[in-house]
Amino acid sequence: MAGGAPRYEKRQYVAPGVRAGRVALIAISIAFLGLLLIAPLAAVLGQAFAEGLRVFLESFTHADTISAIKLTLLTAAIVVPVNTLFGIAAAWAIAKFEFKGKSLLITLIDLPFAISPVIAGLVFVMLFGSQGWWGQWLQDNDIQVIFAVPGIVMATMFVTFPYVARELIPLMQQQGSEEEEAAITLGANAWTTFLRVTLPKIRWGLIYGVILCNARAMGEFGAVSVVSGHIRGLTTTMPLQVEILYNEYLFVSAFAVASMLALLAIVTLVIKTFVEWRADRRTG
Amino acid sequence: MAANWFRQPSILPGFGLTLGFTTFFLSALVLLPLAALVLRTTSMTWADFIDTVLDPRALASYRLSFGAAFIAAIINAVFGFIVAWSLVRYEFPGRRLVDALIDLPFALPTAVSGIALAAVFSPTGWLGLQLQERLGIQVAYTWLGVVVALILIGLPFVVRSVQPALVEAQRDLEEAAETLGAGPFTVFRRIILPAVMPALVTGFTMAFARGVGEYGSVVFISGNLPLKTEITPLLIVIKLEQFDYNGAAALGFVMLLVSFLMLLAINLVQGWSRRRQTGADSRGGRVERRARPRKKTVT
Repeated sequence: MAGGAPRYEKRQYVAPGVRAGRVALIAISIAFLGLLLIAPLAAVLGQAFAEGLRVFLESFTHADTISAIKLTLLTAAIVVPVNTLFGIAAAWAIAKFEFKGKSLLITLIDLPFAISPVIAGLVFVMLFGSQGWWGQWLQDNDIQVIFAVPGIVMATMFVTFPYVARELIPLMQQQGSEEEEAAITLGANAWTTFLRVTLPKIRWGLIYGVILCNARAMGEFGAVSVVSGHIRGLTTTMPLQVEILYNEYLFVSAFAVASMLALLAIVTLVIKTFVEWRADRRTG
Repeated sequence: MAANWFRQPSILPGFGLTLGFTTFFLSALVLLPLAALVLRTTSMTWADFIDTVLDPRALASYRLSFGAAFIAAIINAVFGFIVAWSLVRYEFPGRRLVDALIDLPFALPTAVSGIALAAVFSPTGWLGLQLQERLGIQVAYTWLGVVVALILIGLPFVVRSVQPALVEAQRDLEEAAETLGAGPFTVFRRIILPAVMPALVTGFTMAFARGVGEYGSVVFISGNLPLKTEITPLLIVIKLEQFDYNGAAALGFVMLLVSFLMLLAINLVQGWSRRRQTGADSRGGRVERRARPRKKTVT
């Protein structure tokens, strides 16, 4: 924030009417965002600490809450690496090569963005649920997918599927392939080229895509809610635990868990801002 | 190996591997499950399908989901534009903080924003209490609550769409218009609005599409009364809980169809804006794209 070149035009004469307009627009913006973003965030923290720090901390000693936190971490630990790998592969294929059907592929990758999270859960119930395509077979072999961890992982993966790819595709397209072509021409193999040439170039975009993917993976509610079955201590993730606690009028606990998730969101935004600042500094 | 009719030659390696993995993973994780949903619907009889889809409860839920999403997207288009304008054109204390905050609804789990909004707008919440006592308006547990939740969810789509368009807009045109005697309103209507219209429409459509399918942030504030404050995604969940797979699939199919139409609309708008801005790279608002570095435009 401090230092650096002036980003805006030098101060110039502004007519009083125009200045009043400016102030009004800025005030409207801040009031709107304050009401919509700050007030709810403050409410989460206020409610979480409504009965003091001790009660807040006690919320996290509850066995179901602990297992919900563990399940959330486990889900993210599976989903994020897989989607990162996919995102890099998809971005490489799409940004480095020209082939037929490319725009269709991009549209299909974006598809989960456009689909309701409830539908994202529903489609897996249609496949693996008791009346689903493979439901009978799974039942015969005693494999549980829906109302169990595999279903939660798959639904989360579906919802967070485009995040890394979406971040990397425009970045890699904009960067072009000259440097990679030079590396290959000079005799580097594919793996070396990727690690030494491409990865450093896309590093910040990749980090941003990964943390966004992670935030969504940990916070997904609708899709997970459909496939989880809400079995306490077994198939509840943190957002589902928030819902359970809230519906049982255990407000302090509900908001305490929610405040952890809000903290995750804020950390995500801080990293994002930092990444953008890095990118700005390099290009500007 | 891929033949030449399929792709242009390149010396870079990894085409087969990366494209193969991408299409395989996409098919297994996204396309196959979606196909399962569609096929489930086709196994129903036409009469059953129509009965489920045009059930009064379903119709009421469409009205709420689409209506609230539409109103929220309109409000977001107006205020999102004002916010984007303030962030791009003006310097004020805390501007960078506000800019970072815009993405909060992307990063905040929907269940958290749901209970947070319920806490603020419920009749016992501080804002809900004020609105109730001063104006007699109840927000939580009415359709207004749904609108408020969808405004929160959709806001970043509009702001992040419009921001880059405003950065790229040609300031000298505005200045020229002013020099020629145009008032602020004329400049806005004739110069600024046409320049940002594609981005605004894209942002509006994305906010609307997201709002129609939103679940987590809505169910806590909406009250979930059948025929009154029950959104379509919730109705799907209820049908699933009653093990009415066909009913859930039919409603899911309707929503999926709408999503496809939205996606098509967004692509059309983006194509239109690309054609308008010849020479510019592909823009017009992508989901969660980073704001472009705002460089000083030297004239």
